[in-house]
Amino acid sequence: MARSVLDALTSRFGDAITTRSDHGDEVAVVARDRLVEVATFLRDDPAMAFDSPVFCTCLDRLHLNEDPRFEVSWQLRSLRHRQRIRLAVQVPEEDARVPSLTGVWAGLDWQERETYDMYGIRFDGHHDLRRIYLYEEFVGWPLRKDYPKEKRQPLVRRTGLE
Amino acid sequence: MEFVTSKLEAAANWGRKFSLFTYPFVTACCGMEFMSVAAPKYDIARFGAEFPRFSPRQSDMLMVVGTITEKQGPILRRVYEQMAEPKWVIAFGVCASTGGFYQNYHAMPGCDQVIPVDVYIPGCPPRPEQVLDALIMLQKKVQEGRGESIDSYRRAMAAQTGNQ
Repeated sequence: MARSVLDALTSRFGDAITTRSDHGDEVAVVARDRLVEVATFLRDDPAMAFDSPVFCTCLDRLHLNEDPRFEVSWQLRSLRHRQRIRLAVQVPEEDARVPSLTGVWAGLDWQERETYDMYGIRFDGHHDLRRIYLYEEFVGWPLRKDYPKEKRQPLVRRTGLE
Repeated sequence: MEFVTSKLEAAANWGRKFSLFTYPFVTACCGMEFMSVAAPKYDIARFGAEFPRFSPRQSDMLMVVGTITEKQGPILRRVYEQMAEPKWVIAFGVCASTGGFYQNYHAMPGCDQVIPVDVYIPGCPPRPEQVLDALIMLQKKVQEGRGESIDSYRRAMAAQTGNQ
């Protein structure tokens, strides 16, 4: 079913889309500067009607030696047509930013903040891009593969009690 | 005179150990086990500690139940500091005791990193019997007039008088 969505995207947006199938999930890898356009089409076209964003997350492919390093993805679901699709954007480390899709689906607000919090991906156009789980004093991006896995950044510790 | 005051102290401590007012600082799944301890089957009321006070100013036993994250450290510290002396702390479960299986960026390796702890309960989560056992151990401590916060206060006073 979602195959037909991929075909529709390819015929409409051409070079901006490459497609693949991940463990039974259809993925459309979109050019970064066309993302909002593609997302708006998926939401508004009656044959698509993707009305429900499921999640937004990021993949750090540091140890897979893939270039570019990050892939930010948005999982979408169409309740009307009972199908789902994933949008993905390849993001290089030195320019880790993508357009925000909160203007298309407002529900992605906190999802994108979480992705920013954990991976340091900047979402251009997000109205309130702050850390959502971690504290402001935290330095770095804990779910990046090069963050030392046991590195803690304490806010308080006992002193002078011993 | 010393005989009288020591007997008074013992009587006060006897009263304290059977009327511990709990502040449950519940953050995670151990809370389920805490409820089980409090519920009729295991019935913490048999030890006089059944009355949770959700104000630190009215409680004298802090139960740290569940994982403490670094972000929660300042909150836990403040709750502890608001409790009036004498006060005792129980670390409930491995997460509160040592950080448990979390060895990463967000989990504090035991709540004793920010507050002094009197009794540690292992287990993930602990059995209610273990919690009652810990409570009995704490009662022993209370009867003897000991406790991490009391001891650190005494140490601080001793250091102060030593300076003069």
